[in-house]
Formats: sequence, structure tokens, C-alpha cells
Amino acid sequence: MPLTGARKYQGSDGALIAGVAIIVAMLSIVPMFRLAFEIVMPQGSLSAAPTIAALSGSATWTATLHSLQVGIGGTLLAVVLGTAVALLVSLTDVRGRGPFVLFYVVPLLIAPQVTALAWLQLFGPASPFLKLIGMAPPLGTRNPLYSTGGIIALLGVQYAPLVFLMVRAGLRKLPRELVEAGLSSGAGRWTVVGTIILPLMTPSIIGATALAFVSCVGNFGIPAFLGIPAGYLVLPTLIYQRLASGGPAVLSEVAVLSMLIGLIAMAGILAQDFAARRRDYRITSASLTAAPFTLGKWRPLAELLMWLVVIVVLVLPILGLLLTSLVAAYGVPLTMKTVTLANYEFVLFEHAAARRAFFNSFGLSLAAAAFAVVIAVPLAYLITWRKRWWTRFLNLSAELPYALPGVVLAIASLLLFLKPLPVIGLHIYNTIWIILYAYLARFLVLALRPTISGLHQIDRSLEEAAQVAGAGLYRRLRTIVFPLVAPATLAGGVLIFMTAFSELTVSALLWASGSETIGVVIFSFEQGGDSNYAAAVSTLTVLVTFVLMLFTNLFARHLPSGVLPWRD
Amino acid sequence: MAGLKLENVTKTFGDHDAVSNVSMNVANGEFVAVLGPSGCGKTTLLRLVAGFEQLNAGQIIVGGEVMSAPGQSVPPELRRVGIVFQNYALWPHMTVAENVGYSLKVAKVDRATREKRVADALALVDLQGYGDRRPANLSGGQRQRVALARCLVSAPSLVLFDEPLANLDVHLRAAMEDEFAAFHKRTGTTIIYITHDQAEAMALADRIAVMDRGRLIQFATPRELYEEPATEMVASFIAQGMVVPCEVLSNETNGRCRVRVLGQEAEFRCRKGQGVTADAKVCIRSADISAGGDGPIGVIVRRSVYKGGGSRIEAVAKADESVDLHFELADPHRLEEGATARISIGSGWVIPAEGAA
Ligand SMILES: Nc1ncnc2c1ncn2[C@@H]1O[C@H](COP(=O)(O)OP(=O)(O)O)[C@@H](O)[C@H]1O
Ligand SMILES: [Mg+2]
Repeated sequence: MPLTGARKYQGSDGALIAGVAIIVAMLSIVPMFRLAFEIVMPQGSLSAAPTIAALSGSATWTATLHSLQVGIGGTLLAVVLGTAVALLVSLTDVRGRGPFVLFYVVPLLIAPQVTALAWLQLFGPASPFLKLIGMAPPLGTRNPLYSTGGIIALLGVQYAPLVFLMVRAGLRKLPRELVEAGLSSGAGRWTVVGTIILPLMTPSIIGATALAFVSCVGNFGIPAFLGIPAGYLVLPTLIYQRLASGGPAVLSEVAVLSMLIGLIAMAGILAQDFAARRRDYRITSASLTAAPFTLGKWRPLAELLMWLVVIVVLVLPILGLLLTSLVAAYGVPLTMKTVTLANYEFVLFEHAAARRAFFNSFGLSLAAAAFAVVIAVPLAYLITWRKRWWTRFLNLSAELPYALPGVVLAIASLLLFLKPLPVIGLHIYNTIWIILYAYLARFLVLALRPTISGLHQIDRSLEEAAQVAGAGLYRRLRTIVFPLVAPATLAGGVLIFMTAFSELTVSALLWASGSETIGVVIFSFEQGGDSNYAAAVSTLTVLVTFVLMLFTNLFARHLPSGVLPWRD
Repeated sequence: MAGLKLENVTKTFGDHDAVSNVSMNVANGEFVAVLGPSGCGKTTLLRLVAGFEQLNAGQIIVGGEVMSAPGQSVPPELRRVGIVFQNYALWPHMTVAENVGYSLKVAKVDRATREKRVADALALVDLQGYGDRRPANLSGGQRQRVALARCLVSAPSLVLFDEPLANLDVHLRAAMEDEFAAFHKRTGTTIIYITHDQAEAMALADRIAVMDRGRLIQFATPRELYEEPATEMVASFIAQGMVVPCEVLSNETNGRCRVRVLGQEAEFRCRKGQGVTADAKVCIRSADISAGGDGPIGVIVRRSVYKGGGSRIEAVAKADESVDLHFELADPHRLEEGATARISIGSGWVIPAEGAA
């Protein structure tokens, strides 16, 4: 005898689960399958020719080698820098931690190509900054950053904050008893750091290393700005060049290349998994964090060092960018006479593509953020509060397009939409919609993660109370769950907006005339030698990022800790 | 309003029976307390009744309608059951009035009626004028009352309480206990009230269901639980009864039989049909022990705790030091630690052998 009411219940639940699962599958599983399909059956017929062609070219292996070179170099630098700064900030009694973290983490929020441009402007022979202080090399001198070392240095600077955040989160969970036990057994501070704290932090450090590695090998902006002029190609830039010169005809071949970069990234993640499993130092006790080590007379020196880091990794490059955007032409020194806003006027009002790009990027970022916010809530709800064996896969699927390098997703999207979709005849290739699709897929997880951590902190009985009050699933989601996690989810939305606003990796491969993004415009200006315009656009995006950060800080109180990376 | 019937309800988590073969029949309008040590499955039982958990075997019937059966279940939102959660579960993003009126809004009650009923519910729990506050700005007791108002505003057929007083301090508890009793009297709603505090259960409930390790041990009135505990667990859990080994010397007649306990022979109460046995247990209350005279049982005092006007004496029997006893000793008598004394046991209850129920 079926019970009355039971059926309706299963109906609305099933619809939610199916809806969310379909969306996640469309954004993650489908493109990845399309990519894999292309490699096995290029252009629809079983053939190994493109794979052989891609893998036999010496350019492929040179680029792979370069990817590994800058990937490993950048990762090492990021891990050393990030860990050192995390130890200094977390374990000692330095002052001004909050503002320091705010500034130190900013490079993470600035698009890599903007970072690259800023540093190039700082060190180049035309650098208005070097000219101001009278240290500019003669015009025509090669910029020292156009090199392997330059790429590694910038990758390190870009991703050190990523390592910093993860190691700092780990250090915060370190129970003080463990440190105190070490100290009271007679060990000095350095010994305690070396024999207790660092070993306990290995899981965090390993995790951070994997993340930094994936980010470094997948990075497009930095090797594009620093490597292409020097003829130094990594896999993402090789893919870009092939596609730019060969068009859709070479898609099968670049699919193989993107798979290659995907495999390298996966290898990094698997290596981390392997290493982490052999060192299970799970810290279970919830305790206060250890009292900071007093630095005594070294404190001012440590603080000076801290702020010097901020000046070098943030202030100087931004200054370089700003100064370049204020001079009329390449190589002109900045004086009261030459200072001008003409570059801004040009990119905002005169240059049609740049003007379009501002609209496009604004619309794309807003749409991606809004979509992610709307989907993240039911998705996170299923993952946290309606846990089943398969909800884990929903979570993994949502993570995948962000975990893999952006070029992989871009190539997969191209393959998926090159021809109009069968049955519905949807044709979005070469339009802004394909970029939107890729953004939705790539950035969803940035809103999902904070929503999940927000839900973990909310007592589920709040939802159950609404349930016994008679509220159905959708009403509960709308009136109870969403309002409760809204701050965290919206903060995720803001992060998405910031990231998407000056995004380059995906849009560089997907854009067409009319669907330029800000990232693409910066890239094109720089490639065409118009660094001043590129700097002006970049300065504007940095400004937008800053304003959004300050704005989000206003409601930071309502957020679970860790949602805003720049809030300590 | 509705009665509640549980038939052989079993709920398994993995291979662990959280609720095992529980049957009980709660009459319409009855106030039933579910009592048991922490972890015995009380919350699970309540969540089964509310529909948050699916049972593995048995049936749950509310008001004559089957709500849960293996593999099928009416969802919580359609059960018309009210719950007062242990942590109140007030929605922090809504005002008190919005919290209370939520279920009416869900049921699409028109605005004027809704406002009136919210005001009535708030008046019922003595919170007139608090409608515009946020839960964060209320004291623990006030939050508890909002939770109560929120639950009663929709006049549910059955109200479930999950340890509602566990988070309150002692003097607030007494006040809230009175309030719950008054609430039950006024509304006549069927109430299932979960607690691990036997005094609370005794004070409030018409009947108490004692649970242990997922099983229903005894379901009876407070007086019956106190006077005629069905098992050792109930005997010691209710009012700290002492469980002492004894010999039953005669068959039951008129609800009594002769026993020998710690060397003393006496006539104790027992269940109908109790037979002679050398291996039985009696439940003794501290009021049953008289000390200070020249009783037949020798004890050694282990601890004496002054209680004002008298002392509580904890002792062991001389004959068998594994038997713990405790009793009150009125002033001016005193017994120091280590002293010996003689007591007599005036009355007791022979605990029926397991499975003889
Ligand atoms: N969702 C669950 N999954 C697994 N075990 C559970 C779950 N809920 C409760 N239990 C187990 O069931 C037993 C009874 O729990 P509970 O009903 O909460 O006890 P009580 O409310 O009496 O303290 C406990 O051993 C608990 O660990
Ligand atoms: Mg409980």
C-alpha cells in the first residue's frame, strides 16, 4: 500500500537532483568526454594520425620540457616563498598581520598577464620607473624577464600567496600543546620548527605544492607575455600559436597537446595524493593556536622584510604599470609635461574593440558569477546535507574544469561547439556564448566551495524545522538555505567576477572579432607593441579588483573564515 | 490531535541497531516522556516519528494513518508534526514573528489571520511585543519559548520535544517545566518528550518510556516505574534505586513474598506469579532504609555528605562489600567515614527475572 504524499516528495527531490546533475554533467563530463573522443576518433573516424603527428613533432617535446621546467621551477619558488612567509606571519609576533596578508595575497587576484605586463614595464628599457630613478638601460636592451628565469620568477611570485594561504591555514590548526611539549622537552625554537612544526605541516605543504604545480603548468598569461617574444614556448602557448595559425583544421592535433598538459597536471595531483597518503599526520584536537615566538630585537627587521616583500611583489609592479599607462608613447620618460590620460581615453572611448571588451568582460563575469551563485546553493545542499555515495562525484565533477588547466577546457569547448549541436542546432562557435559556456564551467567551483564550507557550519536542524513547518524542498532552499549561506556564496560570486573579469587563458582560444575580452585586448595591445594601452587597460582592471575587494570587506563579518582569501 | 502507534520499529545504522523492535501506543492527548541514557536511541526514535529517518522494519501510525513503513514514508513536511529542537533551530535571518508565522505562510494563510495567530501564539508563551526582535537578541529561555510558539502556531497533531531543557540553566529549567505542563494542559496536544533527566520526565509525563541500547525497556506511569521497575536498569536509572541480590523464600501471595536480603528476612512487594528462587534482585529506595536503630544488617560507611538537616550516607554491606547502599540520616545523628552502623530494610520490590514480564 503506497503511502499518500510519499510520491510527491520523491518528485521534487528527483527533479532537483536530476536538474543539478544534468547541469554539472553538461559543464564537466560532456566536454571532457568530447575531448577524449577526439583523441581516440579524430574528426569522427578511428585514426592515430593526429596523435602521431602531435607527438612526433620536436616542438611538442620542447614545449613539454619547457612546461616541466617552468612548472617545477615556479612551484619550487612559490613553495619556498609562500611557506617562509607563512611561518613568519603565523609563528612570530610580527605586527600588522592583517594588512600584510591583504597586500600579500593581492597578486593572486590579479590576472597573470597583468602581473607579467607590470613586471615587464618595471624592468624594461622603456620603464618610466627606471627612468625616474635614472637606472634605465639604454633603449634596445633586451628585457631580462624575457627568459626562462623570468617566467619562473613571475610564476613564483604569482602563486606564492596560494602556498601561503594553505600553509597558514594548516598552521592555524596546529594545537599549541604540540609546540609547547617540544619547547618544554628542551628543544630550541629552530629545532621545534624543524622537527615538529614543519613535519606536521607536510600535508599542507604537499597539497599546496600540487596546487601550485597545476597552476604553473597551466598558466598561459605569463609564458605568453614573457616567453613568446623570446621564442620560448610551453604547451599552453604552443597550443595557442598552433590554433592561431592553423585554425579549426588543427583542432585534433591540439586536442592531443591539451591532453598532454592535462596529464601533466593530473600527474601532479596524483603525486600529491600518493605523498599525502604516506604521511597521515591528521591533527584531531581542537585547541588554541600556539603562542607566537617573540622575536625581540629582531622584530623590526622581520617587519621591514615583510613590507619589503609587499613592495617588491605588489607596489613596484603596479607602480610600473601605472607609470607606463600615464606616458604617451613607448620610451618617453615621465615628467610633469609628458604625463597624460590619453591612453585611458583611447582604450575607453576610441578603440572599438577595447570598448567592446569592457562590456563583454563585464557581462561575462556578471553572468558567470550569477549563474554560479544560483547553481552553487542546490549543488552544495546536495553535497553536504543530502550526502549519498554519488554526491561525491557531483563535487569532483564540478571541481574538474577548474582543476585542469584552462586550455584543456577551452579546447574541449571548441570541439564541442565547432559544429552546431545536433538536434537543437545550437551554434555558438565564434560567438561570445562559447566563452560564457567555458566560464560557467570553469568558475562554478569558486562559488561552490565557500557555499559548502558555509553549509558545514550551519546546523541542519534549521532546515528540518522548516520541513516540519510544512515547507517543501524549493521553498526551503529559497527561504532558509539560501539566506543562511548567501554571504559565503555571494563572496564566491565576487571572486568569480574578479577572476573572470581579466581572464585570458580560456578567452584567448575562444574569442572572435566582436567577442573580445579584456584579457584578450591587453594581450593584443602588448603583442602589437602598444604597451601603454595595455598598461592602461590593466590598471583599470586592477582598480576594479581593488574596489571589489574593499566592497566585499564590508560584509566580511558575516562570512565563514577562509572565504575571502585576503582577510586574515 | 492524534495518537501515535509504533509497531516493532527498528532502525539500523550500518550494523548497529539504533532503535530495535520498539512498540508503543500513545493515546490521544497523552504526554509521554522517552527517557534513557545518552546514546540509547531517543533522538533516532523521534526523528523516525518526524519522518527524517527511514525505518528498516515496523510501522509508525499517527492518528490512524500509516506514516512510515519499510521503503516508504510520508515526508516530514506533510506529517503535521511539530518539533521543538534541542538547539531551538530558530532561523537567525528572520524576526521572532517571521519565525513563528513561517508555517502559516507556507500554508498560505492570509495575512490578517496569520498576524492574529502569531500574536496569539506569542501571547501563549508570554512573549507579547517581542515579534520584531531577532532570535540573536533573546535570552535562552525566550528562544525556547519562541521555538514553542513556532511549533504550536500551526496546531500540530503531535508535538515532539528533543531534550528541550538541556541547554538551559537550572532555575530556568524549573520555570520552563511548569510552562510545558501548562502548555499541555491548555492545548491537550499529544506530546512526545525526550529527555535523559528522570526528574524532568517524572514531573511532566503521564507515562514514561524507558529506553536502553535501542530497546524499549518499560513503558509505564512514573509511579509504576518508581515502585515496580521492570529491570535492574530501570531500577537504578529511576531515582537512583539500589539493586541488591536476594533470595525469594516464598511464592507470591497478594503481591508480596518473603525474601532474604543481606541476611535480613522481610516481606517485599513483587510481581504476580513470582516464584521461589535463590537468585533474584531487589530494588530498594533510600527511604526504605532505616538507620540509627539496631537493625539486622551491618554496614561500613564510605562517605557522608551533609545535606542540610541531615546527611546522605553511602555505605557498603559488611556481609558483601560489593553491595552499595545509600540512605538519609536525619540530624542530630551522624556517621563518620569508616564507622560501622546497623540498618534495616523496611520495604522493597523484587525485580522480575528477565523475560518474565
Ligand atoms: N545518522 C547516523 N548514522 C550513524 N549512526 C547514528 C546516526 N544517528 C545516530 N546514530 C547512532 O545511533 C545511536 C543512538 O543515537 P541517538 O538516537 O542520537 O541517541 P540519544 O538521542 O539517545 O542520545 C548512537 O550510537 C549514535 O551514534
Ligand atoms: Mg539525543
